[in-house]
Amino acid sequence: MKPAPFKYYAPTTAEEALAHLAEHGYDAKVLAGGQSLIPTMNFRLAQPSVLVDLNHVSELFYIKPGGDGGVLVGAMTRESQVEHDPLIAERAPLVFEAMPHIAHPQIRNRGTFGGCIAHADPAAELPAVSVALDARLRIRSQAGERWVSADEFFVGFFTTVIEPDELLVEIALPPMAPRSGCSFQEVARRHGDYALVGAAASVALDHQGRCQRVRLVFLSVGEGPVEAGRAADLLQGQFPTPEAIRAAAETAASADVDPGSDIHASADYRRHLVKILARQSLTQAFDRAKGIGG
Amino acid sequence: MDNLMNVTVTVNGTPYERAVEPRLLLSDFLRHELGLTGTHVGCEHGVCGTCTILFDGQAVRSCLMFAIQADGHEVLTVEGLGSVDKLHPLQQAFRDAHALQCAFCTPGFLMTLVPFLEEKPNPTEEEIREAIAGNLCRCTGYQNIVEAVKLAAERMGA
Repeated sequence: MKPAPFKYYAPTTAEEALAHLAEHGYDAKVLAGGQSLIPTMNFRLAQPSVLVDLNHVSELFYIKPGGDGGVLVGAMTRESQVEHDPLIAERAPLVFEAMPHIAHPQIRNRGTFGGCIAHADPAAELPAVSVALDARLRIRSQAGERWVSADEFFVGFFTTVIEPDELLVEIALPPMAPRSGCSFQEVARRHGDYALVGAAASVALDHQGRCQRVRLVFLSVGEGPVEAGRAADLLQGQFPTPEAIRAAAETAASADVDPGSDIHASADYRRHLVKILARQSLTQAFDRAKGIGG
Repeated sequence: MDNLMNVTVTVNGTPYERAVEPRLLLSDFLRHELGLTGTHVGCEHGVCGTCTILFDGQAVRSCLMFAIQADGHEVLTVEGLGSVDKLHPLQQAFRDAHALQCAFCTPGFLMTLVPFLEEKPNPTEEEIREAIAGNLCRCTGYQNIVEAVKLAAERMGA
C-alpha cells in the first residue's frame, strides 16, 4: 500500500504546469486534491512516473461571478469552499445542493471541483451536475485554450476529451433562467458512500407553464453521466403534471439507462431507483420552477 | 533513495525539517520520520478515517497526501490535542461516555470532531452522525461516540 516512485513537480503557474505536461505526456499525472489519484497510487493501480502538483498554482483557486449572470469556478477550488460559497448558493443551486453528497468533509477539504470533473468517475456527483446544467469547461494547453460543453466532455469510463498536454482550468456554470428549477437526489447506503444511483434534474418552464427545457442526468448507472434523453423528450412542451412526470420516470428507467450489477446493488434495483429518483427530482425541480417549495 | 526533497512542516507547534522521497505519505511521515504514532493507519485509501489530522486547521486524511505537500504548512495530530494530565474536553468526554473500546479509530474521530464542534457548537444527533460518517469504528456501534460528542458540546458550551 505504498505508491511507486515518481518525479514530483510543484509549479506555481498554469503555464509552468502545462510545460511539464507537454514534456512528459502520458507519463505524467496531474495532482489536484489527490482524493482519487492517491488511493489508486497507494494500490499501485496508477504508477505515473511524473506528478505535476497543482496545489501551488494560485491562479486556479477562485469562485467569481460570470458576466452572463452565472459563476466561474477555478479548477483547483476546494469542494469544501464551493459547498459553503454564497455565490454558488445563489447562482448555482444544483451544485450547492449536490456538494454535501460528495464523500465526507475530510475529503471535501482537499478534493477539488475541477479534479472531480476531470477524473470522470461514473459514480461522482459533479460530472452529472455539470451535464445537467450545461456547464462549459475551459481547457488549456501550451498551444492555447478551448471550451467544451459538459455533455461533450465525458467520453467514457474515467475518460474525458482532455489530452495529456492539456489542463482543465475553469468551469463556467450558466445562470439560472427565469422559471427554472433544479433538484439533486441520491441513494447511498450511508452518508458519504458512493451513490447506488443519483439524479440531477434541471428544468425550465415557458410563460404558459409548459416544459421548455428538461435535463435529467444520472450517476452510477453507466460509464459516465447518463442523460435521460427519451424521458426529457416526453416532457418537452408538455405541462409537468404528476402523470407526465410519472411517465417520464418510467421511460427513464426502461429506455434511458442500462445499469450494471455489482456487490452493492443489482441492475434491477438500480433501475428501480432510477424510476423513483427521476420522479422525485423532476417533481421537486418543477415545483421550484413554479416557485413552490424550497 | 535518491530523489529526496526537503520538507519543512510545523507539527503540533514544533517545526521539523526532513529530506524525504516525494512518494512518502504524510501519514507515514508523521509516524516513521517524526515518531508521532498517535496518527493511525488503517485502510490507506481514504475510507476508514483513522489517519485524520488537521492540516492548516482542516480535517484531512493524511494517507491521501504526500509529506512534501505539507511543506510550509501546519499540522495538528492527536498528540497536540491534549496531554495525559490535561485531556482535551472532547477526549475527556470520549473517556467518560465510553466512546472507545480498542481505540484504534479514536484519534481519527477526535481530529474529525474538533473542527466540527468549532463550526457547530450545538450539533443535532443527525449532524453528529453525518460528521462521523467518514470514520469507521468496529467496536462501539457509534452509539457512545455520538453520546460523547453531545457531552463534549454541552461541556464546551458551558
